[in-house]
Amino acid sequence: MASKVLMKGNEAIAEGALLAGCRHYFGYPITPQSEIAAYMAKRMPKLKGTFLQAESEVAAINMVIGASAAGVRAMTSSSSPGFALKSEGLSYLAGCDLPAVVVNIQRGGPGLGGIQPSQADYYHATKSAGHGDFHMLVLAPNSVQEMLDYAFDAFDLADKYRITVALLADGTLGQMMEPVDTTTKVQGPPVVKPWALTGTEEKRKPNLISSLYLMPEELEATVFERYERYKVIEEKEPRYEGYLTDDADIVVVAYGATSRIAQNAIDIMRKEGVKVGLLRLITLWPFPKKPLYDLAQKASSFVAAELSMGQMADDVELAIRCQKPVLKCYRTGGVIITPEELLQKIREAASIQTS
Amino acid sequence: MRLARVTVFAGHFGSGKTSLAVAYALWAKQQKDRVILCDLDIVNPYFRMANAVEDLKGAGIRLVTSRFANTNVEAPAIPAEALALFDDTDITGIIDLGGDDRGALALGRYAGLLRSGDAYEMLLVINQFRPLTRSFSDLYEIKNEIETASKVGFTGIVNNSNLAAETTLQDVIATAGFATEASKKLALPLKMTALDKRLIQSEEAKEKALLALDELFPIALYKN
Repeated sequence: MASKVLMKGNEAIAEGALLAGCRHYFGYPITPQSEIAAYMAKRMPKLKGTFLQAESEVAAINMVIGASAAGVRAMTSSSSPGFALKSEGLSYLAGCDLPAVVVNIQRGGPGLGGIQPSQADYYHATKSAGHGDFHMLVLAPNSVQEMLDYAFDAFDLADKYRITVALLADGTLGQMMEPVDTTTKVQGPPVVKPWALTGTEEKRKPNLISSLYLMPEELEATVFERYERYKVIEEKEPRYEGYLTDDADIVVVAYGATSRIAQNAIDIMRKEGVKVGLLRLITLWPFPKKPLYDLAQKASSFVAAELSMGQMADDVELAIRCQKPVLKCYRTGGVIITPEELLQKIREAASIQTS
Repeated sequence: MRLARVTVFAGHFGSGKTSLAVAYALWAKQQKDRVILCDLDIVNPYFRMANAVEDLKGAGIRLVTSRFANTNVEAPAIPAEALALFDDTDITGIIDLGGDDRGALALGRYAGLLRSGDAYEMLLVINQFRPLTRSFSDLYEIKNEIETASKVGFTGIVNNSNLAAETTLQDVIATAGFATEASKKLALPLKMTALDKRLIQSEEAKEKALLALDELFPIALYKN
């Protein structure tokens, strides 16, 4: 039989993590991501791993800190209100330079909001996941296959840069079912972590993992050092995909499930002869600034499509240095943009450029 | 295929119970006047049969479902109206359970009524393409978990193997052996093989499917 299986996006994330050698999962249920925990609960015991339903989201992220400090690959997942509770732990992970993978399957907010899909945690993931100067590397899949692939990649990136990698997806991607090839990723050799708290056996000096610094200059130096690493990430790790952008007068920018809607809208507009293309963001931090800046030299206008109130659009304007108009196409609160709404916005962009 | 007075669809999470229950109710309505389709899903707030409400009402099927289905309210609520299925034995009932043992728990409240009434049918829905039900030991585990939670025993299995919109006829045919073997291993008869109608539009495909698949049940499995 073929290697394809029919999976939910949430299940694919869990499977991707297991393929990457993650054997420690700590979580707390919340719709629309509970299938991650349910899948881990079924699979982990069979792999002799640890599935633990924590007493709260805060406890779960702190368990990730502990597991990561001990040198193992660990993950937690939640959805918007639950993910926000993890903010303190995310800051401590960064302060301790610990690799970790965290998942946010977004739902409508703010507050308790609703359980329908949303992308309104963009700012939180890319700019202010917690207190202090730090970043998470943020990956935005747009298919069930990518949920598996990027969950796998997330662990490698986390270990490579000693950073927290966040998978930011919306409830649509978490809940939808698509065929997945589970043989795309093969785990590499184990990563050596000389900094981990694995016991000295009296052969080396004890390691210390802490985010507390007694002298401000010392703290500043570690932040500077961390930002040097961020520079490398900003240079090497931006990921994006162009679709019909070569001759595009209008460039739609979107990520996640919205990018699939955008692709449909673009196909329709192309049949009408409108030169429109899509720049699909895969990493949200580092934000793919360069390709957008380059496109701004040729294109007349941009359309930022997202399931939030123009959060991503801000980064588009920054990336293109406000050289061209950026039209916003958005729905929020659990409502999804229809291809028709996006078509209307693209037509609006086309009328600016001809007038 | 014999139509029992009450048919329950149960099985692993995401195995296709809701789509099957809806299609089965539409099929049952062609033979019986009064059909109730009852949604007892207490697990999944999405993909509920409320999605098919227009088709069902148009066919004259009475739909019993939580008024919270497909809303922002996640209440594992079961409508009191579900008892109509057991109070009036003139009704043909179809029950859609939630996934796994957690979903099956909701049936426990009706287990006594189900077992004491006329012959019922409880069908284990299997999809070989789902990652956690690919081995017979996995299926055996799920079967036992559901029976323990619901206090009702299965009477048959449904082969609903599919890869959603990307399914080919060959994909389904390739699962026929698995379904036959599962039927033997679980000691449950194979009651039907569900197949998306669009895969057997040509005479050639129809013939091929009939030859390879036992108890063929052509349905509209998924919307485009």
